[in-house]
Amino acid sequence: MAHAAAMHDDVMLPPSSRAAGAGVYNEKLGMWIFLGSEVMFFTALIGTYVILRFAHPDAWIGHPRQTPLNIPVTAVNTFLLICSSVTMVKAFAAAQDGLQQALRLWLLATAMIGATFVGVQVYEYTHLIEKGFVPSQGLFGSTFYTMTGFHGFHVTIGVICMTFVTIKAFLGKYSQTDHRGVEVIGLYWHFVDLVWIILFTIVYLI
Amino acid sequence: MGKFLSWMLPTGASTFVGDIDWIYYLILAVTGIAFVLVELALVVFLIRYRKRPGRKATYVHGSTRAEIVWTGVTAVVVVIIGLLSAPAWNKIKGREGVPPNAMPIGIEAKQFEWNVTYPGPDGKLGTADDFTIRGQLHVPVDRPTVAMLTSQDAIHSFFVPSFRIKQDAVPGMHIRVWFQPTKVGEYELGCAELCGLGHYRMRAVVTVHTQQDYDRWVASQAHSVAQR
Amino acid sequence: MATTATDTSAYTHDHGHAHVDDRPFIRKYIFSTDHKIIGIQFLIMSLTFLLLGGTLAMVMRWQLGFPGKPLPGGTLLPETYTNNGVVLPEFYNSAVTMHGTFMVFFAIMPLLVGVFGNYLIPLKIGAPDMAFPRINMASFWTAVPAGLLMLAGFFVEGGSAAAGWTSYAPLSARSDLTGVHLGQIFWCLSLIILGLSSIMGSFNYITTVINMRAPGMNWFRLPLSIWALFVTACLVLLAIPVLSGAAILLLFDQTIGTHFFDPQAGGQPLLWQHLFWFFGHPEVYILILPAMGMASDIIANGARKPIFGYTSMVLAIISIGFLGWGVWGHHMFQSGMNPTLGTTFMISTLLIAVPSAIKTFNWLGTIWQGNITFHVPMLHALAFVSMFVIGGLSGVFMAASPFDIYIHDTYFIVAHLHYVLFGGSLFAIFAAVTYWYPKMFGRMMNPFWGRVHFWLTLVFYNFTFFPMHQLGLHGHMRRIYDPTQYAFLREMQPVNQFISISAFCLFATQFLFAANFILSWFKGEKAPNNPWLDNGLEWTLPSPPPHGNFATVPTVYRGPYEYSSPHSDLDYIPQNVPTPGGAGAAHPQPAGD
Repeated sequence: MAHAAAMHDDVMLPPSSRAAGAGVYNEKLGMWIFLGSEVMFFTALIGTYVILRFAHPDAWIGHPRQTPLNIPVTAVNTFLLICSSVTMVKAFAAAQDGLQQALRLWLLATAMIGATFVGVQVYEYTHLIEKGFVPSQGLFGSTFYTMTGFHGFHVTIGVICMTFVTIKAFLGKYSQTDHRGVEVIGLYWHFVDLVWIILFTIVYLI
Repeated sequence: MGKFLSWMLPTGASTFVGDIDWIYYLILAVTGIAFVLVELALVVFLIRYRKRPGRKATYVHGSTRAEIVWTGVTAVVVVIIGLLSAPAWNKIKGREGVPPNAMPIGIEAKQFEWNVTYPGPDGKLGTADDFTIRGQLHVPVDRPTVAMLTSQDAIHSFFVPSFRIKQDAVPGMHIRVWFQPTKVGEYELGCAELCGLGHYRMRAVVTVHTQQDYDRWVASQAHSVAQR
Repeated sequence: MATTATDTSAYTHDHGHAHVDDRPFIRKYIFSTDHKIIGIQFLIMSLTFLLLGGTLAMVMRWQLGFPGKPLPGGTLLPETYTNNGVVLPEFYNSAVTMHGTFMVFFAIMPLLVGVFGNYLIPLKIGAPDMAFPRINMASFWTAVPAGLLMLAGFFVEGGSAAAGWTSYAPLSARSDLTGVHLGQIFWCLSLIILGLSSIMGSFNYITTVINMRAPGMNWFRLPLSIWALFVTACLVLLAIPVLSGAAILLLFDQTIGTHFFDPQAGGQPLLWQHLFWFFGHPEVYILILPAMGMASDIIANGARKPIFGYTSMVLAIISIGFLGWGVWGHHMFQSGMNPTLGTTFMISTLLIAVPSAIKTFNWLGTIWQGNITFHVPMLHALAFVSMFVIGGLSGVFMAASPFDIYIHDTYFIVAHLHYVLFGGSLFAIFAAVTYWYPKMFGRMMNPFWGRVHFWLTLVFYNFTFFPMHQLGLHGHMRRIYDPTQYAFLREMQPVNQFISISAFCLFATQFLFAANFILSWFKGEKAPNNPWLDNGLEWTLPSPPPHGNFATVPTVYRGPYEYSSPHSDLDYIPQNVPTPGGAGAAHPQPAGD
């Protein structure tokens, strides 16, 4: 049983019988704070790429444009991921308005687009490996697979959680007064999308 | 007994003794005074303010004035220590600190030995009369020597306690380290960065010669090289 | 939408959550979501690793004090560890590495953050439990496999990790350089898993402190232990992911052929050091801040006096939290890093001495004009202050980068780190365990044996670690299997022997604490609710508190350090007791002067 629920009627408000806190309910505050740790994690990985590539250009072996990376396909994939953030926003809006059917469909769309993104990434990987572009292939191989791999891992976790939330939505577990799970997975999903936009720019385009 | 309690630095044999040792003694004095004052205050307070019948603690929450004073004093003291230390740091580790007439040598660290490359009689590194010796560093007294330090495998650290010099040897990097010995004699070089199973025995002998003896030594080494 | 109620009259209808927990044993004590049980689980796990880490130190001290002599019991060990009982360099390097690794990650950090963060935060802020009790349970049960994996290193071919707890690359990345393959991989994996545990804990603690404080428990009425744990949790949240990233990169270099730290392929060995120490320096503040916070609570209690300069203490904790991010390069002064960067790190490092100094002066100010009771936790807390001062002062020597040239990677550093981690953190842990033991277990630890343990520990501890300053000043390097290889160190061997013998005595003394801990659980004198006459909310509850903690949500009227107040005949006033003659908080008079 959620302690927060027992303390007051509106669970999507901060706990009312407490000293003034962050002004948001626990789960939302917790997700924001957790995302702070994720920022630091990706900063370490992306920072490593930036330092290895730009601080020691003479030591950098292999330029992105000399690799078999498929920029157009990945650009489309990026667009898909951005679309999934749009569907997520629509899902949350539907939850806020109590529109069960819309909520279910928008969540389903988000999960499916997310799964497609992962699928395309996996396909890209097999294609690259076939061409001999592997993690041990110079520093670009090392950094590329580490950054995009961990991003893909985070998207996969996101898709799994999104599926879980979608199933719950189909079971009618979310209401206009309690759709915390939808908002919280939404926050995570937008974060994962934002990281990808940064990665795509730095790794594929620059 | 002396070695248990002594806060004196062991005798040194390079110019860096003059650059570094006084910083140590300054900090020792400052921290020593702080140590005595704080620990004494602690002990005195514990005795004076121990619980006794009829006593009550004073109900006070602090003193802004005291806070400002002790914060300010501490900040000023540490900043002064920093300002006083900066010149020595630049001189020893800075690129501009290396004396222009320093004799060049090359030092390559590897598991678990030091290989020193000498410039030979022509005084220039990278020429045909260079020679490399394992485990022995020979330098002339009262002249600066600058070593290009690198490693073949793991990170090692070039440490000659008597010269007050230490510099990590990093594979893939060539790092300048310089020193000027002031006393003829034999000293020890040890590795100061864990580098594997033989880290503890990665030792070399440092011999400081008079200029004459050094030239003679170089000539004899070059002679053996030429004979090979 | 309705706004958050701030009018206290709305609280009176709310009920607390204390209730009898009648779930089966396995849900109540094994897979528990109760923060108090989880705290005790972390306590048992951490004390076990503390013992293991200490045992490894005994192996090191044996070899250093008596190089080449057979280790007592050494012939029982496999021949990859000892040769006719004599410790082999392989085992020595492994012991050095795993001593540091166990102590930092599996003993001190979980003792401070996992045990006391869990146990104290909900109780002291007036909450029924953490914000996310199931994630809390997951955090403990993630730490356990991480610990087992780290231990497993001893049982695989090549033995455990042996590149130091700092695991510098490329040594740690290449099994041809260490002779260790699986052990190094396990080291990385274990820390990645432990990192997940720590991150889960950190956002749980932060959410709880922000959102679940009882009415009236505003930020400046929080005990310093909670402030410290809160800032520590923020450091954990932001620093641990960097270690996770670094460990992943190292793991990939070890396993899938990447080249992050391999100079032959353009990788950078110094990158490991930057990543590790960017985590590593905030980590050392993670290892000291909760100790400082709890010591503050105990010292105020022992002195029967308000904390001197509470606001400054809070600001000092916060500024240590901030400044700690800007000093990591002082671990890398001699690394080949650009010397100009070295100068900037020297300045930032010297400046961070200031908030710690402020705290020391405030502890002195707290006992000044107090009415001091020397209960066992107070003894340990006072030793914490005294020993931490030594550790902090020795840090000034290494902050001055030119002198660091001489003492870097010598026993002077080992002395410094043990003065802050043992003299500081561990004494504070002894204080905290003894102090909160009655609340946790409903029994008092034996005070006589507590005092014996304290005094023997204090003496043997100083005999062990103080002479290490002298060793370092003489040039004695770290992590060397046999100092007698060097002529300049042979004359210091008597010091090494003295240290080793003191260390054996110190280790043996800890069994007094272990025995006291275990026996008191069953036979200790039954503890009242508030044996120390403390103002904290936890002391208003039974020992141990029921599941859900408070039967009615407490309302807080004042800060936690109102000892010897003129508002009461007693020399303490619990935070939830209304002031006679008026509802609402009693505002303490500002200090004169």
